[in-house]
Amino acid sequence: MMRHIIFDTGRSRSLPRDHALRKSAAKNIKSADVVIAIGSRVGKHASSLPRWKDKTAVLLELGTECLGIYTGESRGEEGSNVLGFARFRLGNSEPSDLIELVRQPRTRVAAIAAAKQVFEEAGLQVAVCGDFAGRIIDRLVRPYYNSALRRLDEGLASADDLDTTLRLGLGYPEGPIALLDRTGLAHHYDVTQALFEAYGDAAYAPARRARVAKQRSAAKKK
Amino acid sequence: MASAISTVGIAGSGTMGAGIAIVAARAGFKTIVYDTHQDALDRARKQTEGFLAKSVARKKLSRQQADRILGDLCGTTRIGDLAGCDIVIEAVFESLKVKHELLGGLNQVCPPHTLFASNTSTLSITEIAAGSGRDDRCVGMHFCLPAQLMKLVEMSPGIRTSDESFQKAWDFCKALGQTPVRTKDNPGFILNYFLVPFNNDAIRLVESGVAAPADIDRAVKAGLGYPMGPLELLDLIGLDTQLLLCNALYGVTHDPRAACPPLVKRMIAAGHLGRKSGRGFFDYSGNAMFGA
Repeated sequence: MMRHIIFDTGRSRSLPRDHALRKSAAKNIKSADVVIAIGSRVGKHASSLPRWKDKTAVLLELGTECLGIYTGESRGEEGSNVLGFARFRLGNSEPSDLIELVRQPRTRVAAIAAAKQVFEEAGLQVAVCGDFAGRIIDRLVRPYYNSALRRLDEGLASADDLDTTLRLGLGYPEGPIALLDRTGLAHHYDVTQALFEAYGDAAYAPARRARVAKQRSAAKKK
Repeated sequence: MASAISTVGIAGSGTMGAGIAIVAARAGFKTIVYDTHQDALDRARKQTEGFLAKSVARKKLSRQQADRILGDLCGTTRIGDLAGCDIVIEAVFESLKVKHELLGGLNQVCPPHTLFASNTSTLSITEIAAGSGRDDRCVGMHFCLPAQLMKLVEMSPGIRTSDESFQKAWDFCKALGQTPVRTKDNPGFILNYFLVPFNNDAIRLVESGVAAPADIDRAVKAGLGYPMGPLELLDLIGLDTQLLLCNALYGVTHDPRAACPPLVKRMIAAGHLGRKSGRGFFDYSGNAMFGA
């Protein structure tokens, strides 16, 4: 069994305070095979990465940034025992069971296996992906959500009919309009705007309704 | 226009036509399936009998109900036999020319009150209706595959469809026990408009090395709660069908997301069409996964 230790920099979106992985964490780094750094300021552990090079895996919780920011990149041959990860959640909704595990081209196979083992033993599901902005889910759903919002504006169908069609036709648990209402259009704006800046692809350009929601949210904070 | 619908015509006895015919007969309508090929009608009849037998075995239907449904279903190769229909739903090949020829012929044999409905998933209802000789009585009724199991029907009026015709078709759809949703006459309506580019985006993630097919599908199912991953779904749909859908949608919208990813064409060339060929994004000859 892999032993892991957690370094918490505060405000983790992946592992809430009562999560099983926190409860089962080792207290002493010497006894840990896997180091997990969580929270919104994992960057402060970047200088510790060389000290942890003998650990089986070092896992850094990511926001929207790439892992390469912390590890550095070199000629497409970067990779070590360090991986990134993020538990997928939409806005402030409950986190899903999905861990997107970010690898680099030369990431050690043993590090990937250890990371998967630690997360899966905690009841999470792991999808391995490359170190690209948006990883898997955001790359896929943000153009779809933007498209749904645009088509709603264009009167393709009512919000209810759009949602009903995608639920009944494809078995989705929730239609895109209801989902964005629930999880926050302003949050969708933040994510899709970041992807638009990263890729320059018009499909990621925030839809009008997301832009309006973001502007209203900003106006309320003033 | 006579208001009651009692006899339904289905033109085309492929997978969709046969499924829609089951829906109509199951709802108590006398249903006539028309196809130019007797062997296609025979095949559809056999599939229908098989489906109903399974429904009886699973206690979804009684034997008497299944017999009644089969009794209300008949096939014909003569277009004139649809003369007594109150509505004809066409489910023939997705070609404007083919549909115009069919509807033009139906217009000659059907009485003025007969509604024409199209099960097209990608063509314009207005353009289909324009060749029907009765464009005010044409509506879009797009059933989902498999029609006999899926409740959703996307319904769209063409530009010249009368309100009365659309309402009559809408009421008929409800009488079938289906769930209609109203959509504008736009390419792909709702379902394919969103699904085809979404699936292409998933293929592009594979193409660009973001993740392996199994990881993409696992992420979508675990992260979004979808019942099936996009690549698994594409293998079910068939890569050759995805190419046709892309060409139809991109041809009208010129949306870059609807353009067929090059990997699809390479996979088709390699014979990796999906489940039907035993290999697509995944390998169906065993449990091994193919990383495309």
